[in-house]
Amino acid sequence: MKRKTLFDAAGIQRSLGRLALEITERLQGCEGVVLIGIHRRGVPLAQRIARLIEKAEKTKVPVGSLDINLYRDDFSTVGAAPVLRGTQVDFDIGAKTVVLVDDVLFTGRTVRAALDALVDLGRPARVQLAVLVDRGHRELPIQADYVGLSLNTRREDHVELLLKETDGEDALILESAASAERAGTEGKRP
Amino acid sequence: MSFAHKHLMGIEELSAEDIALILDTAEKMSEVSRRPLKKVPALRGKLVVNLFFENSTRTRSSFEIAEKRLSADTLNFSASTSSLQKGETLVDTVLNLERMQPDCYVIRHASPGTCQLIHPFTRAALVNAGDGTHEHPTQALLDAMTIRQKKGDFKGLEVLICGDISHSRVVRSNIFLLGKMGAKVTVCGPATFMPPYLESLGVTATTDFERALRGKDVVMMLRIQMERQTKGLFPSLLEYYKTFGLTEARLRLADKQVIVMHPGPINRGVEMASEVADGPYSVILDQVENGVAVRMAALYLLLGGSEDEATH
Repeated sequence: MKRKTLFDAAGIQRSLGRLALEITERLQGCEGVVLIGIHRRGVPLAQRIARLIEKAEKTKVPVGSLDINLYRDDFSTVGAAPVLRGTQVDFDIGAKTVVLVDDVLFTGRTVRAALDALVDLGRPARVQLAVLVDRGHRELPIQADYVGLSLNTRREDHVELLLKETDGEDALILESAASAERAGTEGKRP
Repeated sequence: MSFAHKHLMGIEELSAEDIALILDTAEKMSEVSRRPLKKVPALRGKLVVNLFFENSTRTRSSFEIAEKRLSADTLNFSASTSSLQKGETLVDTVLNLERMQPDCYVIRHASPGTCQLIHPFTRAALVNAGDGTHEHPTQALLDAMTIRQKKGDFKGLEVLICGDISHSRVVRSNIFLLGKMGAKVTVCGPATFMPPYLESLGVTATTDFERALRGKDVVMMLRIQMERQTKGLFPSLLEYYKTFGLTEARLRLADKQVIVMHPGPINRGVEMASEVADGPYSVILDQVENGVAVRMAALYLLLGGSEDEATH
């Protein structure tokens, strides 16, 4: 197993900075926009992006957190019931633009569960997805609208984002089984 | 941290970590009950059979709502309208139901050890909703959730439980739970309601109600069952109330921030005065609300995962 740090703290912040800019560029500001982070690490990422947007646009962006554990489709395979983290969305999402935020987009099943959870909370005008890393290997037709880093990975590889808020440090780690240099490209894959 | 039990038959076999996990999960479940759409698909397609051989309002409604909020299918079995009336045995009833592939039985029965009795005859998860005078684990858990919400931590908390101790499964489950979580429990009642060897459970036992009230953070009153009067266990309801009833005056003996609890249904003017039941220190209705959350948590932890990982 080879372990490589793809981004350090500065690299992560730069990526988040670009995501914040892309979001406000695409949505022409942040009017009617809310950020909802998917537990666990999507939550501090959403909070960081919100702060970056607030600095640039001088407006507060509401941030919520979503626990998708009650909507998973893999209960029969995970083992014991997953620990709940709790959903906290203290504002109405009706008619809003919801930007879901997660750390790594992989099979797409977490996002599918998040969409189900979101629909139970209200009817947003539109839902978009922002992720720090897209590592491919989708099992459902799910796509991200905003991507920090597109990564070519093998299925057996392990991509992990560590954050100060949850793990005490900022780092994006790739663990791969031996050889072959990984090709990473900034932004969405062509 | 995962819940490594296949059944919830009692508090006695749970660890403090198990209890904390259930309470933490219950807090998250409360949020579901406050949404406009009070449902999550966690137990979709699972069948839960509510096997109630004794009457119940709170416990049964609470379990049924908890099951529905988790999207499970529910089957309500009521003893009075079943073939038990024709003499079918408990084990035969379970063997027959078992062929319809239930995932869980929630059982209330007048005999202690009902879950243990039917355990060899079923593959389903078993939840004890009250077995005779033995245990009522979800009641103790919802009591604990309420206490934790109002008081924060259990360590060193002074708790008084008063009433018909010898016939109460609620008190047994509470003694186990509060003991495991580090609280100090005192039980109180007329001598005719106090079984011997209570101290062996790690509690202080007394028949002096007013003395016992001093400095208590939590006062839990138990229901007096009217049937016990005909057996001569107490002379009259009025006399019970005069000696062991929780009045406003007596409540002042407890801690300034005391909370008053009762598993329900309350006999107003017997266990406590109406003013106390409806007063500012009473958390009785919070207990009922927490009952749904705790039962959702228990069902989720027992059924929301794969069969292979759980232990016995």
